[in-house]
Amino acid sequence: MNRINQKLQEDKKLLSIYFTAGYPSLNDTVGVLQNLEKSGVDMVEIGLPFSDPLADGPTIQASSTQALENGMTSEILFEQLTDIRKTVSIPLIIMGYLNPMMQYGIEAFCAKCKEVGIDGLIIPDMPVNVYHEQFQAIFEKYGLINVFLITPQTSEERIRFIDSISDGFIYMVSSAGTTGAKSSFGNAQSDYFDRIGNMNLKNPQVVGFGISNRETFTQATSKAKGAIIGSAFIKHLTKHGVDTISDFINEIR
Amino acid sequence: MKKTYHVNEKGYYGTFGGAYIPEMLYPNVEELRQKYLDIMYEDSFQKEFKQLLKDYVGRPSPLFYAERLSEKYKTKIYLKREDLNHTGAHKVNNTIGQILMAKRLGKTRIIAETGAGQHGVATATVCALMGMECIVYMGEIDIARQAPNVARMKMLGAEVRAALSGSRTLKDATNEAIRDWISNPVDTHYIIGSVVGPHPYPDMVARFQAVISEEIEWQLQEKEGRSYPDHVIACVGGGSNAAGAFYQYLDDERVNLIAVEAAGKGIHSGESAATSVLGEDGIIHGSRTLLMQTKDGQITEPYSISAGLDYPGVGPMHAHLYASNRAEFISITDDEAMTAGLELSQLEGIIPAIETSHALAIFDTRKFKEDEIVVLNLSGRGDKDLNTYIEYFKL
Repeated sequence: MNRINQKLQEDKKLLSIYFTAGYPSLNDTVGVLQNLEKSGVDMVEIGLPFSDPLADGPTIQASSTQALENGMTSEILFEQLTDIRKTVSIPLIIMGYLNPMMQYGIEAFCAKCKEVGIDGLIIPDMPVNVYHEQFQAIFEKYGLINVFLITPQTSEERIRFIDSISDGFIYMVSSAGTTGAKSSFGNAQSDYFDRIGNMNLKNPQVVGFGISNRETFTQATSKAKGAIIGSAFIKHLTKHGVDTISDFINEIR
Repeated sequence: MKKTYHVNEKGYYGTFGGAYIPEMLYPNVEELRQKYLDIMYEDSFQKEFKQLLKDYVGRPSPLFYAERLSEKYKTKIYLKREDLNHTGAHKVNNTIGQILMAKRLGKTRIIAETGAGQHGVATATVCALMGMECIVYMGEIDIARQAPNVARMKMLGAEVRAALSGSRTLKDATNEAIRDWISNPVDTHYIIGSVVGPHPYPDMVARFQAVISEEIEWQLQEKEGRSYPDHVIACVGGGSNAAGAFYQYLDDERVNLIAVEAAGKGIHSGESAATSVLGEDGIIHGSRTLLMQTKDGQITEPYSISAGLDYPGVGPMHAHLYASNRAEFISITDDEAMTAGLELSQLEGIIPAIETSHALAIFDTRKFKEDEIVVLNLSGRGDKDLNTYIEYFKL
């Protein structure tokens, strides 16, 4: 069974962390992953940096720009991850935009993911229908789980369709906006969390965008299975470096 | 089924196009996709659109027989005078159409991206006309380079927001406009300035610009007794003026289509914007098309002396015209373009935009027969480029 599905069966709220590969320094990727696992994080999204990340706010953009300046590429990321499964056992997901994966070759990219032990992909600019028509068979061949996003504006019909073609979890974007834009949740978010919670979807939901501390983590996971922290973690890395990762995680739970 | 170079029902031109957008944009783009054709072809929409094009933009734009230019290059050259439009270029055809679209979609806030500022000015203009809030994203570097257009937009009541990310030019301004739309999904319409972006934008913008070739048809009929030329020439950055000039002739194989790209300092100089030659199949701003990028799939920054041509991608319609060999693609360097711009000024008394000068420059090397009819889309006027001309020619 895929590590993601196994993790989702555990009887706890999941804390997932996003970070940009090759940031703050090119060779920090493995150290960050090891520290995150040691700190008790349940799952990690490894950001594959892209020059034009449409769905991201300034913090993740800046870390991507820095990672690219550091020399990060798809090829180097896979090299860095070659032995990752010797030291890290939590589910690992690569989150990135479609263009760099296309240039690598979608099938070659998926094959490499399987080889190094990646469990799934999140590709914000890959449309649901394109995945369904062109890529689903490839992803399945290499045992990769594809994670789709839904937002407060996504229609119920579309959520049900996404649920039907998902086999892991659904990434619930907390509010209209890019990553790192919000610092607290209001009534609109709790209504949205309740509404989705009450739909009885077959896939559990993990909330992302706008989660930065214990309070927002608790709110986000009141109904959902877990939550993802990205920008707030990147800010911590920028300020305090790789060695103090556990301080950040301990603040969350 | 008849072969067509128009968009198919799924939003593709061959393998190019589509809508590669984050889920956050899906409701907006989907609403537009479902409604744009119905709205555009409502009688009341067409009536208002045509009225504004006539009374506000000043259409039809003349189709001018360029006698001295024709004499020099030994062929029959007609210039489609989009430079005479209000705001000085073809851009306004699209912004008039899209502002009417936005009103009918019930949107109250308009965002746009701009590179040199021409599309920003055209958007700010129609927003002033319609009393709509207008925010224009512009790269920080472009803001510094294009001060007069920034001032124009402000005078027209628009807010100009600096794009501070990435290379701080057009592609980043486009990213910022898309991020704004993600954050404001309900009240905002995004007026894209070219035939780029996710479906239905390339098709919608092409349809609004199609007025150019619709007029060429009847104007040529009047002047030459036939509605089609042998060649249509247009410069291509994103590709909107070319899309408009080609539109009525896309499936008419009697007409040769010529797209002119900016080679900058030379195609292989590392400072170029010749996307068809240098680009690879990929995804930019929600569209699958040819774009300039590294081997690793990072989008690179193009260069041209003309701010309107330095876009790292090209519209999916043009990518398909290139890949299918339906259109001829020619690249022109900065120097060739500047020389051609000066020549038109002195042969015909028309100072062209430097974008257009690229199209004009092909006559030096691309020869036409004496009895052939060549229509060149004179997409914009050169006032905005005076400083560049002054510096280049030490005027």
